[in-house]
Amino acid sequence: MDKLLTPGGGKTELLLGNEAIVRGALEAGVAFATCYPGTPSSEVPDTLYRLRKAEPDQVQYYFEYSTNEKVAMECAAGAAVAGLRTLVTMKHVGINVAADPLMTLAYTGVNGGMVILSADDPSLFSSQNEQDNRFYARLSGLPMLEPSSPSELKEATKHAFELSEKLTVPVMLRTTTRVNHAREAVKFAKLPKAKTQVEFKKDPFRFVTVPAVSRQLHLRLLKVYEQAQAISEASELNQVIGRGKLGVICAGVAANYVFDALNDLEATGKVKVLKLGMTWPLPEKMILKFLKSCDKVLVVEELEPLMENAARALAQENGVKVKIAGKGPKLFSRAYEFNPRLVRDVIGHYFGLKYKATKPLDLSDQPALPGRPPTLCPGCPHRATYYAVKEVVGTNAIHPTDIGCYTLGMLPPISMADFVICMGSSVSSSGGFARATGQKVVSFIGDSTFFHSGITGLVNAVHNNHNFTLVILDNGTTAMTGHQPHPGVDTEKIGDPTTHVDLEAVVRSLGVTHVTTIKPLKVKASVEAIRAAVEHEGVSVIISQELCPLFARRVAPKSRKPFEVRLDKCKGHLDCVKKVACPAMFVEDGKARINPLQCIGCALCAQICPENAILPVKAEA
Amino acid sequence: MQTQRIVNVGVGGQGNLLASNLLGQAALDAGLPVVVSEIHGMAQRGGVVESAVIIGEAKSPIVSDAEADIIVSFEPVETLRILNKAHKNTLIITNTRPLPPFTVAIGQAAYPAPEDSLAYIRRKVKNVISFDGQDLAEQAKNPLSLNMVMLGALFAAGNLPVPVKSIKKMIKANSKERFLAANLQAFDLGFAAAGGQ
Repeated sequence: MDKLLTPGGGKTELLLGNEAIVRGALEAGVAFATCYPGTPSSEVPDTLYRLRKAEPDQVQYYFEYSTNEKVAMECAAGAAVAGLRTLVTMKHVGINVAADPLMTLAYTGVNGGMVILSADDPSLFSSQNEQDNRFYARLSGLPMLEPSSPSELKEATKHAFELSEKLTVPVMLRTTTRVNHAREAVKFAKLPKAKTQVEFKKDPFRFVTVPAVSRQLHLRLLKVYEQAQAISEASELNQVIGRGKLGVICAGVAANYVFDALNDLEATGKVKVLKLGMTWPLPEKMILKFLKSCDKVLVVEELEPLMENAARALAQENGVKVKIAGKGPKLFSRAYEFNPRLVRDVIGHYFGLKYKATKPLDLSDQPALPGRPPTLCPGCPHRATYYAVKEVVGTNAIHPTDIGCYTLGMLPPISMADFVICMGSSVSSSGGFARATGQKVVSFIGDSTFFHSGITGLVNAVHNNHNFTLVILDNGTTAMTGHQPHPGVDTEKIGDPTTHVDLEAVVRSLGVTHVTTIKPLKVKASVEAIRAAVEHEGVSVIISQELCPLFARRVAPKSRKPFEVRLDKCKGHLDCVKKVACPAMFVEDGKARINPLQCIGCALCAQICPENAILPVKAEA
Repeated sequence: MQTQRIVNVGVGGQGNLLASNLLGQAALDAGLPVVVSEIHGMAQRGGVVESAVIIGEAKSPIVSDAEADIIVSFEPVETLRILNKAHKNTLIITNTRPLPPFTVAIGQAAYPAPEDSLAYIRRKVKNVISFDGQDLAEQAKNPLSLNMVMLGALFAAGNLPVPVKSIKKMIKANSKERFLAANLQAFDLGFAAAGGQ
């Protein structure tokens, strides 16, 4: 049995933060879970999916990968309003997609406990922005928990379900990459029997948000907020640690940096810490008492100065003269994540505490290093699609693109990404670019992203007579985030009981008349089909269909037949290296070579070599 | 107890995250407080992958610049790139077999000569252990066991509070049957290469 399903308590395991969320949800008796995957949240749904698939008799919950975060939120809302304990997970920008249901679900509230995971990404390890989703607690009026480590994360998840049921509203669980992707010893408690079916009790004057109802519901939410604040004041998640006349207020992963810094600075007895685990509503009385007991206070929070501004407002309102700082020159920045040294330096500087830190090496004489940006894998079919499109439109077309592995097409030598802001923006922005410029527009979107939020944009384009070609890079999976299924996945291949939705049929049903499905590794035929699509006046769609090789290796393994460069034929044009830039290729003595361990035999380079010098590796005689 | 901050760095696919995870599990097995951190997502598509294992009472899951006690690098250029995490007394254990990035393959950048890189590192840092770990992985008959080789070297030279039997237990628990013998041999070869007895 998987360790996460251990029914009894007492065991201690090294868990990833995201696995700790799963264990916490199981210990709370979660009955329903939905998501759209996205780093750094993905291992939560992936673990739920894996457990259900591997041990269907052991798990009690329903789980689905929803088509997008709004759908995930609404599906979860149905289950939670009916009365089940429900978990919905997404990355920070996913909350933007789900913000519409979120804001009004806060009004209606829920009957079963509902926990919403917002996994933020300060320093943008895998994201298009580093927005601070603590604002969403303030915007929606919903309570928010912010644990600092995997062990706290498990407890907080469990607690969030109870809190949600007590307050009858969803509770937001906000994490950051360094909490999601840290591993730590986590102690298990026992798993309860979950309530998995309920009868819905109709209550239209609570759940049907026509204006007359919602006017009352807003007052209800404000009352819930007051109750939540009283809970926050008394919560064990919020506590003062240590003593002294200097104070630090912190939450989330930054709290770890604070405690390590105070240890290094030997500040015990001088600096006390108000560590918040429930960060909305803020425990205002507790903060005020803390401010009054200090001569000087530093607020240590990544991204926006939310706790800092709240502390300042409380001090002003109550005539407390204590000096409060957080963001500013020689203090903390509003950009990027913190680290232990930075926090120690700022605490030391602000409170006048000395520490002899290790000296950084002088690396000013370091030779230039070759960059190692992430790149499309050897044999990735996106590379072939990009090559074929460029053969047709050259370098003057505009390429709105989208979010997935194929965003890596921005790097040379492909250089075919001109605009991306969010999931689905490729399709909708294409119409704007085409009308504003009159230039040729060929945009790119992945299959999962198309189902997520490309469909509405495409309907709009057909209806409003836009003029562009959309290339749907259909690799049969959600590759970037770890090969999660989506509506277009081959459900038989992955052995799922879900229903396959045909991508081409969807595109045609939206009113697109010029639709061609190509096999991108057949270069010549692909180029011809793309040329016809680009010449078509109006909206045309190319579906470029080839499984992600990493995914194929798992679901449809084939023997690998690597290629080699016949050095007697190669004349060193290096078209293959310059135009294709597959990581399996390298140059030696002016000629292209192929690393047989990396080549998967996609044969793209073989088809573009002007000398036909690239051929399958000869079997050893 | 003294906190030990270990940074593992390599290229996507070299098994660096697994090495950190196994070390974390071994530390837990030995009853030691430990935090492991890793970066997933975009970084895995052939880019640089970094993870950290912090053994001891520290709570922070990451290691700041100039604060690594040990750096284990799976690729020589990445050893140069990660030097910002080192100070002059950091122990550096590095594989010397280059894995050139595609920027080199397409002629955008040059790959520095491994012997020059090593000489540079030795000028900056006192304790450097270097060997062709990929060669040892191949000797163990599993080219993908470089991570086991590097773990072996770390256990030989790192003065870790974690006993070898704990890490071997975790290697056994996490290896597929057909790779187990090769993985254990790779660990031992790395251990010997770093002067372990």
